[in-house]
Amino acid sequence: MRALAVFLKPALVLLLALSLFSAAPSADEKRLSIYSSVATYSLPVIDRAGHEYVGLLELLEPLGRVSTEKTGPRWKLRYNSIDSEFVSGRVRAKIGGHDYDLPVLFLVDNSRGLVPVNSLSTLLPLFLGAPVNFRETARRLFIGDVAIQSSILLDPSSPPRLVLNFTAPVNPTISTEPGKLHMLFKRDPVVPPGGQSISFDNKVITQVGYSESNGAAELDVSANAPLMASFSNGGRTITVAAAQPSAAAGAGPSLPTSPGEPAPLNPAQPPPAGQVSGAASAGTSRRVLAVVDPAHGGQERGAALTDALAEKDVTLGFARLLRHELEQRGFSVVLLRDADLNLTLDQRAGAANAARAGIYISLHAASQGTGARVYTALLPVEGQSSGTFHAWNAAQTSSLPVSRQLAAAILSELQKRQLPARGSSASLRPLNNLLMPALAVELAPGPNGVADLPSANYQQQVAAAIADAVAPFRARMGVQP
Amino acid sequence: MIAVAAMLVVVVAMGTYVRRMRRQAGTLQSAADLQPVAPPPSGPTETVTLYIADDASGTLRAQSAQIPLPGGRQQRAEELLRALLRIYQQPGAGHPLAPAADIRSIYLVAPGAAIIDLNTAFADQHRSGILDEQLTVDSLVETLAVNVPGVTRVRILVEGNARETLAGHADLTDFFDASTIAQTTR
Repeated sequence: MRALAVFLKPALVLLLALSLFSAAPSADEKRLSIYSSVATYSLPVIDRAGHEYVGLLELLEPLGRVSTEKTGPRWKLRYNSIDSEFVSGRVRAKIGGHDYDLPVLFLVDNSRGLVPVNSLSTLLPLFLGAPVNFRETARRLFIGDVAIQSSILLDPSSPPRLVLNFTAPVNPTISTEPGKLHMLFKRDPVVPPGGQSISFDNKVITQVGYSESNGAAELDVSANAPLMASFSNGGRTITVAAAQPSAAAGAGPSLPTSPGEPAPLNPAQPPPAGQVSGAASAGTSRRVLAVVDPAHGGQERGAALTDALAEKDVTLGFARLLRHELEQRGFSVVLLRDADLNLTLDQRAGAANAARAGIYISLHAASQGTGARVYTALLPVEGQSSGTFHAWNAAQTSSLPVSRQLAAAILSELQKRQLPARGSSASLRPLNNLLMPALAVELAPGPNGVADLPSANYQQQVAAAIADAVAPFRARMGVQP
Repeated sequence: MIAVAAMLVVVVAMGTYVRRMRRQAGTLQSAADLQPVAPPPSGPTETVTLYIADDASGTLRAQSAQIPLPGGRQQRAEELLRALLRIYQQPGAGHPLAPAADIRSIYLVAPGAAIIDLNTAFADQHRSGILDEQLTVDSLVETLAVNVPGVTRVRILVEGNARETLAGHADLTDFFDASTIAQTTR
């Protein structure tokens, strides 16, 4: 029996790790992007019976206070003060006391309520109380007046330059291929600059094309010479110009930039530390896996932050925002739970170790204090590692110096954003069971007190600070095989 | 008629007897409540250093206190931590603990090892949160290690049993290294 358990335990851990990988976003995965004034995020789109579905809880959670309850086939959701009831396998739902018919059947999948994607333009206004602009074929959903307009001007002087001005800062992923510079706007609510394609009577830069699909917008600049892009005007302007021969050979940037602005992106060189945005997936980016662990879950609710708000719910929303921020900076990200699941501490550590993650970030929330607190492992007395064998309770030992550097970088980023922050060591599992750099971030109340804890806006500030801080460390983290 | 009268007499007599017995039991109970269950700590008053947690700053503050300490190492350790608890149980404490929280026992075992046995109320009514829980652990371990010579590592049990966490966060499954905690708190 004991021998059986010895074989079963690693097998279960492996199964868990495999299931987590299967949940990791891939390039082919269908996504829905949501842009609003409080949060920008993307969700996986699920195909069921020939229709595209999305989780309604996941869709509304970053926008307000949401709770759900499932009783048999009935699935109830409360968004702020609006009650709704859906029935699995039925199209008729009740929202805010009114009947509403979905275009196809409502589904419940592992307690997740799924609504068809093509219902969102009529369904969401019933919850939000305002119209939405849903670009359905591209799966891009705009809530409120958040769209970023752009204007495109060609300066024909020698060498010619294409100047793209945006009404708000943008942060596209930029890549090049022969004759083309490609800008992918995954996170920015960029809308078409007039037409889908603009042609120029120029020998070097010939055309700009706009397209959008799978929750992202794309701008392609066609040219007869290698191109480079540079940012200025606080990220509101992107200038595309032909690369000088010396620059293409790696001799340095060819375009002037303002102090503090990112340097021009040279596809032949890795981006400078701290400037991974926009260049993260350009060409030969390293694939580093970040494991984000929303603490608690299932029966284990964590701290009762208020009478109605459990720590497990805040950590899940916070984790989804952090996933998005890290993905924007070139990380592959796996959430250890993306639903209200119960995982043991050993399962969490086992999955992260088996995945050979480059970094592990555990997320917590507390009702005391303000700002955010960052913790690294406080190793216990026992459990000295020997040779290649690592003691389970001291597995973190060799990574602890990098973990501490990461914690210091996060504290620095939080302080730059005027967020109160402090760092410390804590005897908090599973930090000491992890082989990779590992830390925990505890979200504490913001300027508006505990009410800030579930706020997507507040969480996103902290998530962006974490992602900005860890991005420059990618080169020192393990690479995915 | 006679039988009914006799029954009435019996009922009245029994009622009177029961009432008297109840009064007597109440008197005995009150007396029992006044009995001391344990002798008060005795011994010379000593100056000790208590490491008191402060939630607002998230730190420990060293504070001198004069408390009577018994001679035995184990009793001395218990009284020391009970003095610490009394501070946390005062109204307006900077790191409040439940009024029912208590130290059941402290065992000084293998060289350098101390085991603190908390009562259930201590853990069950403790506020949940990484900082809250870590401050409690740090305060107990640091106070014990500094005032009881020879203590280098501390394990915390609850009601005599191993417990995974104090209140959902602080890991209680291993010994804490007093010197490591001292480095992080000072």
